Amino acid sequence: MTPIYLDNNATTACDPAVVAAMLPFFTEQFGNASSIHSFGNQVGLAIKAARSQIQALLGAEHDSEIIFTSGGTESDNTAILSALKAQPDRKTIITTKVEHPAVLAFCDRLEKEGYVVHKLGVDGRGRLDLDEYRSLLNDRVAIVSVMWANNETGTIFPVEEMAEIAHARGIQFHTDAVQAVGKIPIDLKRSKIDMLSLSGHKLHGPKGIGVLYLRRGTRYRALFHGGQQERGRRPGTENSTGIIGLGKASELVMQHFSTENQEVRYLRDKLEKGILAQVPRAFPTGDLNNRLPNTSSIAFEFVEGEGILLLLNKLGIAASSGSACTSGSLEPSHVMRAMGIPYTAAHGTIRFSLSRYNTLEEVERVIEAVPPIITQLRKISPYWNEATNSPAAQAFAPAYA
Amino acid sequence: MWDYTEKVKEHFFNPRNTGVLEEANGVGDVGSIQCGDALRLMLKVEPETEIILDAKFQTFGCGSAIASSSALTELVKGKTLDEALTISNQDIAAYLDGLPPEKMHCSVMGREALQAAIANYRGEEWKDDHEEGELICKCYAIDSALIESVVRENSLTTLEQVTHYTKAGGACASCHEKIEEVLQRTLAAQCSAPAVKPAEKPEPAPAAASAEKPKLTNLQRMRKIEEIIESVRPMLQRDHGDIEIVDIVGKNIYVNLKGACMGCALEAATLGSIQQKLFEDLGEYVRLLPASQLEMAH
Repeated sequence: MTPIYLDNNATTACDPAVVAAMLPFFTEQFGNASSIHSFGNQVGLAIKAARSQIQALLGAEHDSEIIFTSGGTESDNTAILSALKAQPDRKTIITTKVEHPAVLAFCDRLEKEGYVVHKLGVDGRGRLDLDEYRSLLNDRVAIVSVMWANNETGTIFPVEEMAEIAHARGIQFHTDAVQAVGKIPIDLKRSKIDMLSLSGHKLHGPKGIGVLYLRRGTRYRALFHGGQQERGRRPGTENSTGIIGLGKASELVMQHFSTENQEVRYLRDKLEKGILAQVPRAFPTGDLNNRLPNTSSIAFEFVEGEGILLLLNKLGIAASSGSACTSGSLEPSHVMRAMGIPYTAAHGTIRFSLSRYNTLEEVERVIEAVPPIITQLRKISPYWNEATNSPAAQAFAPAYA
Repeated sequence: MWDYTEKVKEHFFNPRNTGVLEEANGVGDVGSIQCGDALRLMLKVEPETEIILDAKFQTFGCGSAIASSSALTELVKGKTLDEALTISNQDIAAYLDGLPPEKMHCSVMGREALQAAIANYRGEEWKDDHEEGELICKCYAIDSALIESVVRENSLTTLEQVTHYTKAGGACASCHEKIEEVLQRTLAAQCSAPAVKPAEKPEPAPAAASAEKPKLTNLQRMRKIEEIIESVRPMLQRDHGDIEIVDIVGKNIYVNLKGACMGCALEAATLGSIQQKLFEDLGEYVRLLPASQLEMAH
């Protein structure tokens, strides 16, 4: 039984072509890009090529707008902190309730240090209210940080429009685009986005490498201080293998853009419809008409996500849960709660995230596997009546701690 | 994914005693909203002997919640109610060869379901009294609710004390920042100014003696107040603050807070705890007020 990997929003398999591109830079071409000798020079040229590949993927106007970092989290933290340090008289941050922890947890910390953080709420489909957004903009706002696409539901936010609005008010705009890059068209030179975060391992590149796009002319303060790498904006010896791998991955992602939007979308829709047709009391979450082509988030009422994942895993199927019971914290997903999904459904939310490596056969296997698992878990759920195959007539209302 | 023991996995994949027990005469429904876990335990008890003849469960929850419920039903079957009540949550976890610290609450839920089901059989009302907070120390599975109550009950003020009393933070030390946050939050909530630590107070006089306290003359009383205020000054000075008496008008003692005490967020708490010390040492009710209120009174 070959395993089926449907957790590509968590991380992706590194493409073999990416690995092949990286390998010589571990052994033969190990030089430091800053060195003057030939060992370093080769590496410097390869990094320059990778920078251009990423520039092309993002549609950036200049290659110097690409700053290599260690990944999405570093890029997010750097962007927000830079805006605060570069504009010390502005102490407010605007973000959303459904951001990735790389933004949310950092904002919580900044709030403790005295900064003001406004988190925009979302409606039941995970959509923002742009009027609320407009009403919060003023000259005390240092930065707006809004994700391009949500990692749990795939819901796409209108960041280009939001960046225009912020720009008109003289406010810096950052977007965490780690899920969006390669799946939706991005052309930064035509946008007003000042900063953007990208992560290598979400697009079949290596882990430990990411990018902060920084529009030329945007006031910036570096997070680290040291050597002249990345023009002093992110010192530290270049992760040359990671950078070269990310360059190759970016090139491949551009080639596969239509695969992602046609084949992968077709498989995602087939999977979602196939499961929903067979399982009662299950519903997809997020903005169904405006989401990433690879993501399906399904809430199975009256069962808990971890049980579903463990049973799926037994069948060789890898997915992930909106229930944080699997991630070390006990609260259900903050994204599901922000959308007002009830606890009994939020805990049973499963995210299937596909990639260009998935096949129709795999999707058919998953469609077959899921319904019996839900039946099995509902059988032992106090909220479910097995005899009628529906929620228990007498609502189960335990004494809560 | 969690590092579950083989026993936990086995009880999750093949849970024992699931479903509805039609002839149940003791049912316990409990849940923990934080983890979204909920458990219904059904017992069939023989009235004469109080022996649990059969037990079944239904659980909404993660893998370890289902495994804990399964273990619980296996543990209680054949026991008398009194024997069953001696089962602790550690017994449930031990039966499963242990649970990850984040999942210990699953075993707590099992124990509570058992108490609730037995109470239900006996016609008693069961009330849940345990509080659950955010897990702070993963090495020793200590949550914020436990740290808060230990801090309150023992008037702890430092991270080291919290570690001595609860073990929290005593191993890998990576939760020290979180412990400090809980400590600060708890101290702020109980309005105890760090300046006056109960441990440093003189032993209160025996109750009998204080009841017989001779009435002080005005001069003696003022000197006494001065003495008490003097005694707290070193503690305030240590925090770069200070206090001075401006006037004493009947029950009202007007003071100036100085240095770091000025405009400190804990100003009210500082005054409150010094006032408490004045009550105890003077044996009468007085009010400690900032001198700014003296001007208003005039």
